[in-house]
Amino acid sequence: MSLRKHTFRPPISPLRLFNISDLVTLILIGVFIYIGVRLAFNTPAIVQGPDISLEPRALPYYAVLSLGRMLAAYVLSLTFSIVYGYTAARRPGAERWLLPALDILQSVPILSFLPVVLLGLIAILPQRTAVEVSAVVLIFTSQAWNLTFSFYQSMTTIPTELREASAVFRFSPWMRFRQMEIPFSMLALIWNSVMSWAGGWFFLMAAEIFTLGDRDFRLPGLGAYLQTAASRGDTQALLLGIGTLVLIIVLLDQLVWQPLLAWAERYKVSQVANDNPANSWFLNGLRRSHLAEFFTTRVFNPIFQRLNARLDRPQTYVPSLEPATVTSKRSLVSWLVLIAFLLMVAYAVIGAVSLLLTLPLETWGQIALGAGATLLRVAIAIVIALLWTIPVGVWIGTSARAARILQPIVQILAAIPATALFPVLLLGLLSVRGGGNMAAILLMLLGTQWYLLFNIIAGASAIPQDLKYTSDLLQLKGWRRWRTLILPGLFPYIITGLITASGGAWNASIVAEYTNFAGQTNHVIGLGSLITTATAQANYALLLASTLTMIIVVVLINRFFWRRLFHIAETRYRMDQ
Amino acid sequence: MTTETLLSIEHVTRTFGQADRLFTAVKDINLTIHKGEFVALLGPSGCGKSTLLRMITGLIAPSAGNVIYRGDRVHGVNPYATMVFQSFALYPWLTVLDNVMLALEARGVAAQEQKARAEKLIDLVGMDGFESAYPRELSGGMRQKVGFARALAVEPELLCLDEPFSALDVLSAEALRGELMELWSSGQLPTKAVLMVSHNIEEAISMADRIVVMGKEPGHIVTEFRVELPQPRQRKEPAFEALVDRIYGAIAGRTEPEAKEVGTPPGAPGMTRILPRSSVDELAGMLEVIDAGSGHYDLYRLEFDLGIEMADMMQTVEMGEMVGFVEVKEGDIHITPLGQTFTEASILTRKEIFASRARRLPMIRWVMDMLHSAPDGLLPWKLFYTALSPEFPDELAERQLDIAIDWGRYAELIDYDDDDQTLSLDPSGGKSTPPIEKSA
Repeated sequence: MSLRKHTFRPPISPLRLFNISDLVTLILIGVFIYIGVRLAFNTPAIVQGPDISLEPRALPYYAVLSLGRMLAAYVLSLTFSIVYGYTAARRPGAERWLLPALDILQSVPILSFLPVVLLGLIAILPQRTAVEVSAVVLIFTSQAWNLTFSFYQSMTTIPTELREASAVFRFSPWMRFRQMEIPFSMLALIWNSVMSWAGGWFFLMAAEIFTLGDRDFRLPGLGAYLQTAASRGDTQALLLGIGTLVLIIVLLDQLVWQPLLAWAERYKVSQVANDNPANSWFLNGLRRSHLAEFFTTRVFNPIFQRLNARLDRPQTYVPSLEPATVTSKRSLVSWLVLIAFLLMVAYAVIGAVSLLLTLPLETWGQIALGAGATLLRVAIAIVIALLWTIPVGVWIGTSARAARILQPIVQILAAIPATALFPVLLLGLLSVRGGGNMAAILLMLLGTQWYLLFNIIAGASAIPQDLKYTSDLLQLKGWRRWRTLILPGLFPYIITGLITASGGAWNASIVAEYTNFAGQTNHVIGLGSLITTATAQANYALLLASTLTMIIVVVLINRFFWRRLFHIAETRYRMDQ
Repeated sequence: MTTETLLSIEHVTRTFGQADRLFTAVKDINLTIHKGEFVALLGPSGCGKSTLLRMITGLIAPSAGNVIYRGDRVHGVNPYATMVFQSFALYPWLTVLDNVMLALEARGVAAQEQKARAEKLIDLVGMDGFESAYPRELSGGMRQKVGFARALAVEPELLCLDEPFSALDVLSAEALRGELMELWSSGQLPTKAVLMVSHNIEEAISMADRIVVMGKEPGHIVTEFRVELPQPRQRKEPAFEALVDRIYGAIAGRTEPEAKEVGTPPGAPGMTRILPRSSVDELAGMLEVIDAGSGHYDLYRLEFDLGIEMADMMQTVEMGEMVGFVEVKEGDIHITPLGQTFTEASILTRKEIFASRARRLPMIRWVMDMLHSAPDGLLPWKLFYTALSPEFPDELAERQLDIAIDWGRYAELIDYDDDDQTLSLDPSGGKSTPPIEKSA
């Protein structure tokens, strides 16, 4: 498995700052948060958490619970991606609204929603159910966007002639879906699923250990187990817990993702045979096993045949791919629905604004100060990450020996979600002076450095050989070589890594800046701690203001800083033209 | 040959884009196809022949006019037509057999029958033994045979071919053409008529009964030729070669007076000529060849001697006509005195000659005029793009600007800074400065 495939290029549209659909999306997000905050008014002051047993026997049970939440969220994400991606790609006019919305959604710090979603749901659902649902919702919001983008991109990049063939040969919609659209998007969907799962663990752990004052939102699961073990100083349980987590992640990779990737080789679109196809021992075993064959011929095939026979009726009418005129007239009903919706939005916006107006000016000063402090922490974490990942990444990327030895180690390390290690960090740092700040920065670093490292390794190994030879001939050595060859070559990869990394760091601030550990509360100045403090103190106006501020700050940084750099990287420093 | 009408196209027009930026692909086309006919659509790239084919199959609906099949208006995808695609359009994850069977499955052929019928067709095109192969394991020619098997499996009345041989190497293409003609003339096919889009004149003459020549800006039918030569047709025969020349003449047209050749600037009334997709280097290369061949050349031989596709060559020929370096008359191309001077000149003089001609092109002049009137002689790329958009569809506007910048840069008239995406006037203003200046 090559690391290059692990790097994720955020799909960013060309240089475009803001337009009306961005604004609409932001307003809708604001409305959503306001509704959550309104509901939160009825949240009970005390939320009872679960009792976590540190017995090793309890571990499989917790593991199953954690895995179940991940699975539920993933199924939800996948369904959402296919429906949303399909609509955006195929419905005329839908693209204009759905894509910018997706762009904003993927750049907002998801964890900032957690308090609002938790409080809102607890007010309307039974407590345990509410906490479970919010964990699933949180993981969903971390998994869905890249899957959706990937499916949308697949839908829009299916070669025109393949689509034309499906129309000329009169495929039914179901036939198009199973024989063309799903196969074409399969590989990208699997790769993005791998990425979504890796990201999902981070948020699952965060959700499982979330506690604010008297409101204990923890969930029985591996995250809570690790946190309890750390706060009781039980090293043995801590090691067992981390071991279990790593084991699950490795097993998933070996028993699910690797076999799927090997199986999906057949969906590679390239017209040339591949010399080095993905391989999986588990899939090879399955292919030889009688049991698997029995299931295929007796269970799966008949089900599919039934389904196909039902859905694949010969088509008496197949619509043109390019209809003559695209005039969509709204019906009266859809106008009424739209107006009702707009009225509701307007009502919510007025409510949100009047709630915000109750905040005194000095609170806004605090929010600004907090935003600055968190921004500083994010910047420090990113600089530290850059300082070590650039040399190490270049070393791994250019030396085959280093890659062979270090890649597996790096992959295992990267697989451990940073939030799972957070209790361990707290255990070590809370007694030190300034430990709160250090722990916060370290958590941000833990959550973000791997993206950077993977991207830099990929970038270093992608520097074209002929450019390296030319640099040798020109006798470029030392700093000059770095300045003229290596850094420009890495630039697009570094920027891609940084965009994801900075998003991750903002997320981490929610759990890192306010901690409830071993019975004591500890917080540092920051936007993340404002959000959590507001939740703990039931200060809903502050909760709304700080959550909105974080979203807007992050979106602005994305638009005005990262996107610009990304554009430069894409246009000027691409080597694979 | 019966004269029963299978398909008729009445005043068909197709536009793309929206209200203020409408691009007309084909305009007011009338065409009839009879049973038993093999018709070829021939024309330069961008003449809308593929759009026309797609309107006949119903993949694209006409903006105006009617496509009538057997007396009924085609609504949605035409159920009586199938298509063979230029890039084969086989599903890469399905085997040869599955690709063909899928077409039958979609038509509701019973599961037991699918396999037998698919295998029969695979046999017919000579691909037996390859049923379980994936497309990536096959050569281009073999993939296209599968493409034919799939298209014929559903027994279409009208077989549409979209440049089916242009992605193949010369030998495979020739072999496949022969096999198709054999199947078609032996009457083994249930197909009633064949319609082929091509940009290869010889291919069209060797296969078709009738050749419809299309022109561009916007796409329209120029003329029709009936091919009466007996099958199999020999390319070396004088009658064949004479027809090639006549068709070449019809496609290349003749060089118009300058005002019409160069058109009007964007925004002004009249036709804005699309700058052909070619470069000064390609033009210079072509001029060298023509000049070496005593100053004039048969276009058809030129294509052969240059070893490039006709479509690409015609772009360069058009560029030569626009700047007045060549003239085209009755299928022959002549180098003008100016073109000759250009060919013999040094690199710097070439730049100056080209600059003096390029300055007269409305598109380049328009760019320069806009830059002149800008306060600091600097304007963003985006501005030009927006200004061009009403007259060209998106990609074309971008390409036009790219070509204008490319020519303008060569002529040292226009400068472009990719970092801040701005255009400016070149300070030398088309007067090439010698590379080494002596100090006074």
